[in-house]
Amino acid sequence: MGALVALSGLTVDFDTGKRVVRALHGVDLSVARGEAVGLVGESGSGKSVTWLAALGLLGGRARIGGSVQLDGTELVGAPVRVLEAMRGKRIAMIFQDPASSLNPVHRIGRQINEALALHRGLTGAAARAETLRLLDRVGIPAAARRLDDYPHQLSGGQNQRVMIAMALAGEPDLLIADEPTTALDATIQAQILALLGELRRDGNMAMVLISHDLGVVAENCDRVAVMYAGRIVEEASADRLFGAPQHPYTQGLLDALPDLDGPRRRLAAIPGTVPEPTRLPPGCAFAPRCPHAEAACVAAVPTFHLLTPGHRAACLKPAASRGMARERAVA
Amino acid sequence: MSTLLSARGLARHYAVRTGLFGRRASLRAVDGVSFDVPPARTLALVGESGCGKTTTAKLVLGLIPPTAGTVTFEGEALPRPNTVAWREARQRMQMIYQDPLGALDRRLSVLRQVAEPLEIHQVGTKAERRERALALLDAVGLQPHLAGRYPHELSGGQRQRVVLARALILEPALIVADEPVSALDVSIQAQVLNLFEDLQARFGVAFLFISHDLKVVRQVAHDVAVMYLGRIVEQGAPEALFREPVHPYTRALVSAIPVVRRRAGRERIVLEGDPPNPIAVPSGCAFHPRCPVAVAACRSETPALKTLPDGRLVACHLAHGDAAMRKAA
Repeated sequence: MGALVALSGLTVDFDTGKRVVRALHGVDLSVARGEAVGLVGESGSGKSVTWLAALGLLGGRARIGGSVQLDGTELVGAPVRVLEAMRGKRIAMIFQDPASSLNPVHRIGRQINEALALHRGLTGAAARAETLRLLDRVGIPAAARRLDDYPHQLSGGQNQRVMIAMALAGEPDLLIADEPTTALDATIQAQILALLGELRRDGNMAMVLISHDLGVVAENCDRVAVMYAGRIVEEASADRLFGAPQHPYTQGLLDALPDLDGPRRRLAAIPGTVPEPTRLPPGCAFAPRCPHAEAACVAAVPTFHLLTPGHRAACLKPAASRGMARERAVA
Repeated sequence: MSTLLSARGLARHYAVRTGLFGRRASLRAVDGVSFDVPPARTLALVGESGCGKTTTAKLVLGLIPPTAGTVTFEGEALPRPNTVAWREARQRMQMIYQDPLGALDRRLSVLRQVAEPLEIHQVGTKAERRERALALLDAVGLQPHLAGRYPHELSGGQRQRVVLARALILEPALIVADEPVSALDVSIQAQVLNLFEDLQARFGVAFLFISHDLKVVRQVAHDVAVMYLGRIVEQGAPEALFREPVHPYTRALVSAIPVVRRRAGRERIVLEGDPPNPIAVPSGCAFHPRCPVAVAACRSETPALKTLPDGRLVACHLAHGDAAMRKAA
């Protein structure tokens, strides 16, 4: 079965007026129907920019190259009419801060009605009934009494539920959730993640979960891609990626994470900082911070190696090869 | 064990008006909190937004006056704010925040920034102050060439190091740190958490560490107090507390933390509803409306914080094995 959405060689250049800065250096990623794909990385790694670019939401200063195909329809360079028919309808997006995504001066019922009118042509009593059904579906208690509330009258978790209800209004095939629970408390985060998982399974909706939190992605995704400095550096099934990480950056992220169980250990921090997009080092962008880097890593950007089916890493010395090297040395 | 900082029955209530025409109500941000921080140790306060952890920090420093209760620092009651005695005490207790850029003066170079507290308190000559500031930059892992930079030229992790150097320069006995690593990326967060550990070993400073992140807290704290709606509900050593939480709220909180590798048999409790409004704190145990195991007594009687056989403190009727309650459950 073909992919629902396929990004290939996606690039983004920002024109700052003085010069052009490349933020995304050719991203290949596909999402199948009903699949949950996690995108992890630190600030500035390009995980949000990837999907804003794919949906044509970056504005005039950004130049987008490569290809984004939704069910075979090309979206890069597509006319506004095509993009508008797709956005919110086929692919919906929710963000970190629900309060600033909702209109503060409109009642939440009206905001969901608007989405229903736009995407499904529902008005009047039909729209109201569907709004109630959606609010009920996302777990807003006593939905009928909440229709006339303004966003400031709801808690952060409830506002995120309203955002999810709006995203569901178009019955999308793909939901892009960009740090959907980062601003929420731990117990509310658990509620929202449980809800997203349930909606996805019920509606066979695909989801891309963008997060800096490795735990959130590990528990909620089938497949995970790790980004660093505008590139995907490793991609595998969630079990495989967190069980047998191959790229030194993925390994570094996992070692830097404090545990909740087991003996307390000193954290293995990754030295240095993420390079700025204007000052990328030559070759592999992670080489200056990498404990295994050698001359070849600086010479050229490493290409992807398929390690096992479905597991690829852009590294000249993935863990498997290093393990073998060590065994050889012992022998 | 001697104690550096001691809080007893600390409370802070705010008079607020509710609704458009405003019935008077009392918002109990902190409602009777007691704890001790020994020298060179770290006590962490954890809990969700609105549980009163930041208000507790401000009370401890005397930044806001308590409605009730006392704070004792280095054996003496905390002096009244904005007095000479308070300022002297405040040299020995410093505070750092989540957003280092907001805490730094954008027009001062890193070196001036770090030396400024010495200027304010008129310590040493200019050359001595410079010497001391450079020594502290080295201690927090900043290279000398960064001394002339300005805050906007540094990364988030470097800025938090500058903030730490400045907090340490007056040789405080206590640093109150409010979400100090929450704004940092994972790889940088690990660097700064290790730095906290090193600085404590080297300077013997105690931390009151405030965070919503249980994993971070387990890494840095010797003692953890879990707060819910202005009260401590459970307190103990982090390993034991997170491995076998006793209070139903702590259990839900621990189970809600997403982890990369889930230990076999780790339960997952998804609580219903939002934390209640602190203006209308439920009667009895404040957690009872969301508690999956609440019994009748939980609605009427507020559980006291009592010691369990393993030494931890828990405020829950059921945890203390009251036979009558068990039967009711």
